[in-house]
Amino acid sequence: MWASLASHLAYHVTTVINSVCVCVCVCVCVCVCVCVCVCVCVYRKIELYEMGWSLRDGLKECLVAAAPYGGPIALLRQPQRPSSSARPQLEIYSSSGANMASFPWKSGPVRQLGWTVCDDLLCIQEDGTVLIYDLFGAFKRHFSMGNEVVQNQVLEAKVFHSPYGTGVAIVTGASRFTLATNIDDLKLRRLPEVPGLQGAPSCWVVLTQDRQTKVLLANGVDLYILDNTSCTPVVRQTQTTYSLLCLIILALSPLTVCVFQTPPGLSPQACSIVNMAVSFSYKYLALFTDSGHLWMGSANLKDKLSEVDTKVRTPPKQMVWCRRPKSQQPSVVIMWDRLLLVAGECTDTIQYTLDEESVCVAELDGVRIIGGSRHELLQEVPSACQDIFKIASMAPGALLLEAHKEYEKSSQKADEYLREIKEQSVLGEAVRQCVEAAGYEHEPETQKTLLRAASFGKCFLSNYPPEPFVSMCRDLKVLNSVREYTVGIPLTHTQYKQMTVQVLIDRLVYRKLYPLAIEICRYLKTPEYQGVSRVLKHWACCKVQQKEEPDESIAHAVSVKLGEAAGISYSEIAARAYECGRTELAIKLLEFEPRSGEQVPLLLKMKRSQLALSKAIESGDTDLVYTVVTYLKNEMNRGDFFMTLRNQPVALSLYRQFCKHQEQDTLKDLFNQDDDHQELGNFYVKASYKEKKLEARLSLLQSAVDEYNKAKNEFAAKATEEEMKLLRFQRRLDEEKGEALLGLSLQETLHALLTSNFHKQAEQLYRDFRVPDKRYWWLKLTALAEKDDWEEMEKFAKSKKSPIGYLPFVEVCVKQHNKYEAKKYVSKVTPEQKVKAHLAIGDLEGAAEAAIERRSEGEISTVLSRCSPTTDRALLERLNRARSTAAKK
Amino acid sequence: MAHSVRRDAPELPDFSLLKRLARDQLIYLLEQLPGRKDLFIEADLMSPLDRIANVTTLKQHDVDKLYKVEHKPIVSTSDQMVRGCFLYPLTNWFLFPDVVNADKAFGRFRRYKIIFSPQKFYACENLLEEQGIFGDVTTDEWSFYLLPLDDDIISLELPEFFRDYFLEGDQRWVRTAGSALHLLHSVYGPFSKVYGIGRCSKMAYESWREQVEEGEQRARQAEIGNVFLIDRDVDLVTPLCSQVVYEGLVDDIFRIKCGCVEFCPDVTSSDKSIKVMLNSQDKVFNEIRNEHFSQVFGFLSQKARNLQTAYDKRSGMNIKQMKTFVSEELKGLKQEHRLLSLHIGASESMMKKKTKQDFQELLKTEHSLLEGFEIRECISYIEEHINRQVSMVESMRLLCLLSLTENGLLPKDYRSLKAQFLQSYGIEHLLTFSNLKQLGLLVEQQPGETLTVMESRVGKLVNDKTAGKLTDAFSSLAKKSNFRALGRRLNLVPKSDEEYDLRVPRDMAYIFSGAYIPLSCKLIEQVLERDGWTGLEEVTRMLNGHEFAVTDARVKTDSQRIILVMFLGGCTFSEISALRFLGREKGIKFIVVTTAITNSARLLESMLDNHA
Repeated sequence: MWASLASHLAYHVTTVINSVCVCVCVCVCVCVCVCVCVCVCVYRKIELYEMGWSLRDGLKECLVAAAPYGGPIALLRQPQRPSSSARPQLEIYSSSGANMASFPWKSGPVRQLGWTVCDDLLCIQEDGTVLIYDLFGAFKRHFSMGNEVVQNQVLEAKVFHSPYGTGVAIVTGASRFTLATNIDDLKLRRLPEVPGLQGAPSCWVVLTQDRQTKVLLANGVDLYILDNTSCTPVVRQTQTTYSLLCLIILALSPLTVCVFQTPPGLSPQACSIVNMAVSFSYKYLALFTDSGHLWMGSANLKDKLSEVDTKVRTPPKQMVWCRRPKSQQPSVVIMWDRLLLVAGECTDTIQYTLDEESVCVAELDGVRIIGGSRHELLQEVPSACQDIFKIASMAPGALLLEAHKEYEKSSQKADEYLREIKEQSVLGEAVRQCVEAAGYEHEPETQKTLLRAASFGKCFLSNYPPEPFVSMCRDLKVLNSVREYTVGIPLTHTQYKQMTVQVLIDRLVYRKLYPLAIEICRYLKTPEYQGVSRVLKHWACCKVQQKEEPDESIAHAVSVKLGEAAGISYSEIAARAYECGRTELAIKLLEFEPRSGEQVPLLLKMKRSQLALSKAIESGDTDLVYTVVTYLKNEMNRGDFFMTLRNQPVALSLYRQFCKHQEQDTLKDLFNQDDDHQELGNFYVKASYKEKKLEARLSLLQSAVDEYNKAKNEFAAKATEEEMKLLRFQRRLDEEKGEALLGLSLQETLHALLTSNFHKQAEQLYRDFRVPDKRYWWLKLTALAEKDDWEEMEKFAKSKKSPIGYLPFVEVCVKQHNKYEAKKYVSKVTPEQKVKAHLAIGDLEGAAEAAIERRSEGEISTVLSRCSPTTDRALLERLNRARSTAAKK
Repeated sequence: MAHSVRRDAPELPDFSLLKRLARDQLIYLLEQLPGRKDLFIEADLMSPLDRIANVTTLKQHDVDKLYKVEHKPIVSTSDQMVRGCFLYPLTNWFLFPDVVNADKAFGRFRRYKIIFSPQKFYACENLLEEQGIFGDVTTDEWSFYLLPLDDDIISLELPEFFRDYFLEGDQRWVRTAGSALHLLHSVYGPFSKVYGIGRCSKMAYESWREQVEEGEQRARQAEIGNVFLIDRDVDLVTPLCSQVVYEGLVDDIFRIKCGCVEFCPDVTSSDKSIKVMLNSQDKVFNEIRNEHFSQVFGFLSQKARNLQTAYDKRSGMNIKQMKTFVSEELKGLKQEHRLLSLHIGASESMMKKKTKQDFQELLKTEHSLLEGFEIRECISYIEEHINRQVSMVESMRLLCLLSLTENGLLPKDYRSLKAQFLQSYGIEHLLTFSNLKQLGLLVEQQPGETLTVMESRVGKLVNDKTAGKLTDAFSSLAKKSNFRALGRRLNLVPKSDEEYDLRVPRDMAYIFSGAYIPLSCKLIEQVLERDGWTGLEEVTRMLNGHEFAVTDARVKTDSQRIILVMFLGGCTFSEISALRFLGREKGIKFIVVTTAITNSARLLESMLDNHA
């Protein structure tokens, strides 16, 4: 046991030494806090890259901005000899120092550089204009921070990130602050005045708290909180009076909920605050005073975490928080010209000397230090790594690593180590530690060693879930490939998890590293829609911007590459081509779009409305057709619009439907345009029915007649003319006799006249309108029967030979329950209908007679079927006999 | 049923699921506006809504009051309004902006939500925007596509489909039909074969396929095997014929609405009318719905006798038997009794209306038209029909039937009949005639190409095939019905000299007293028999083509014998009866999906132009 421990210790000495080249565990800081517990924080500084750039003077005289999450670095280098002709040079590098863009700065003097969350470069100029460039130095757009700024100039500016996106805050020469929380949805907010502030404040930060963006600023001794509505001084007094004053603040500004208080426990001897820093998560705040004291606490100024006397009185160049998400240790990195200092909870600090001009970049889990020749990461050593690599560590992970080491050497000591772990039954924990630690390591060899050890330990566990191990292997493979020098994205595992694969893919795409992005998608088996297809789409979007290549070859290349991928939206690619002014290419690309509906909006944008219309119709989506039609209606002049519709029956009918309900007059114009006289005629007829006044109605009908004539529809023209004639006739009669006839049909008019005893007028109508005899007879017959005018009916029957025969007379009478009258006409009925007539009046015998006389088998049967048991036996026999004789024939 | 039934007919899938889906979605939409609310419902949507979620259900979800949207100012006190709106363009719908603006004028704040069913159109939003109230209301979509009316009938409840698509050429409902198909596919699919005929069918099919491709696909047990899509304008003759099957007759006379009929007092022999649900739950109805009307009375009286015997059993019972009788049978018997008396009442009332002399003559005329027999007599009958003003719709129906079967009217007849009609029913029907002409329902034979004459003349000279080709050449000139030629080829009109025993029907012609096999159903039969359109080339050419048959090779299903037939533009109860008959004969089950249940009156009323 002791022997093994000794060798274990010896091993650790060697590992630590070995790993110096990889991870430099430079300092062990043991700090004793006020409380009883003893905390141990270990920091390490890892070299990420040796910078590939060749800067003559390092970062001297440069405006530098580096994006978090291993983002790109922008440099604005002032010219060597300050002269009016020399322009500063703007350069963009990847984190490894590979040049991505470089161009002379031709715009106005720049105050501040910054990166947005989606890797766009913001250049904030003195006059308040903010220019946005992409990663490759291509100008995207610009916006202004307000008119007021133009005169007063920007003194200082800060770019900040919040859940709402990237924001910009400036302070002007008039000592006023202006904020824009999200540059993609620009809303400028001018913050209230700060009392007594002249020029720029000594230091300030932007805070995002409770969904509000505020500015915390220090002006010499005073601290202020600026929010949308008010400027609240943070009172620095001794503890005793603090609560009282707080009350006063409350009374003064009842609207502001007073969450800001004096930073508790800030040393009274400190006079003014010269620098401040807010943590990555906006949870913590650090203040540096001119007395060299560093106060650390929560960002709401309620709690103090610690206070350290740095013993350096010069104001620092930069101050950033350096802590990992779940760490309990507050720690701030402060940078002076030649000195880098890590201050934590204890009074002791760690100091590094800097041999070159550097810039600190706050990260989620550490600080990156970018210098002229090196790029380093300073972070608190994660506990898993500490446990494993700490000298003389007896942590399960450390033992497992050792066991594996021995196993590799084929030594039986491996078994001893394993037993030891197993005895404590912490093998699971050991594997977990190794896997976790592998994630924190940057050197692939170390990662491998740890993972091998984990895999070795896993063999002795029966039910250890494989997922953490597998996913860690995958993550590391992805991370190592993006940390690659040529790619230059030095992400840590923690950052990667926070950032998500989606975003990483986006960033790779943005850097035009399409093959790598596709490889990663395939490796991680990301669904095509979100993965490969999306990358390919971006690739195509980039491809169409290559101005030198001809349309044909680009379209071909795109279709070949994208052919098989699922869920590609060609319309988006085409939209991009159109944005670059390549309309022809856009149209070519749209041809590949399988969903015609998707093509429409872009075609409309490109003013290819005809094509858009036919595509919309092709899609079968009437909503889309309607969209195009409405668009065309507003865009084109009427004539062209109608002409367009004319060639598209589907759209035309849709528009007609719309007009029918909404714009009757347009409908008329539409028919006019088409010379569709038939429809125009119909239109007027329809309109005439809505018209109450007779004159108007007649004139509408006259228009209809004209149209029908033009349409060579003589029938309709004549019918309409007759209607006009009828209307006039009805009016005359209404005026003369007071009958309400207007609007009735001819039949109804006649009927009304006949029932009201206007036989002469009816007669006239009958002649004028050439009403067929049959109809007139039917009409008169029923009218007379209805008012029981039997006398008139008899006269009518005798007036001339009935064109409808006399059976109807019989039937009408029967219908009016007048069998007596009915009988009068039976004799007049033609022989063929005699049987029916007799049956109608219920005269069975007569019917039988007639039927027998006619020797018709069918008729005899009809009569027979009407016979009931009460019928005369003799009659029945006669009928049956007659039927059989008829049948024989 | 008296005739033989194949025992191996498959079971139908359960369609109540569709109702549940629709109800859940509606409730979800209602719950989006928490608190008490008033619900305004478009009149057309009233009865379908009732079948999905009744008043109690709605009340449970905080619906305070229900209003039917009418041309009246809307008075409501609730803070929130939800509108169930059916369609655009709605006449009543335009009232809504007034309500909002009135509220605004009074400084009253209410929340409004408009729910469009089954689809929200771009035009709706456009209109709201034009009225300046786009910001004041929220809109939503209740994708209520399918209402199961019975075990085997599903309706889209889009009666306007026929006019909108076939007359106005408005394709907006095609997508709705596609979505409905998609819904059925995703719940009961995948379908192994899809047949179809007609332009609209093709478009609906394409729209559906598009939606299938966009969405994700799940492998599941198919409950429906094949699908047959058919446009209504492929067969316009069938819906124009008088229906003589019980269910069809009830629809013709009393108008079945959403599977529910209101029997007037003279049927119920009481002083109030009764609403009755007509579906397979009604045991009596279920047995007579597909019967020819002449058989119904006999059946009902038999049933009445059986019932009496069942009641009579009581006399010889001891107490115990009596107890079981009361607890088990009596309720069923009572129920049956009630239904029986209703149907007897309905039959009597129909008998009174239909067995009169003129109905017999009407049927006779119809049959002669279908047979192409004694056309002159038919024309004079129609003339008399018009002159005597028997019924406007009936006259129009006969005119259309004449035109469809005869490939248009002779110019002389066309003019004189039209003139007579206008004199009888008013000049506004000039517009109706123009609509009918556009749809090809009532057309004039172009001079010089009187088809029947030409055809018969040519037919004597050359063989049938060339004659068919010539006919096609003519048909391409104008939208024409080739009813005669089709009738011969598909043998739609059985020989009239044979007696047809309606008690034991031998083919689908029984639904029209043995005079005519509905073209639509015959087509379905033929295609299913041939497993495609091969051998029917000439028929499809005469029907203006657009036929298709698509087999999805990936789908292997054992539900081949469940066939979904989708009628785009409506179908009649007679056709459903015919398909049920066909199903029984072949041992398959048909599910009928239709845009709406139609009949001759509904079809022709949709052609009238006076509602504008």
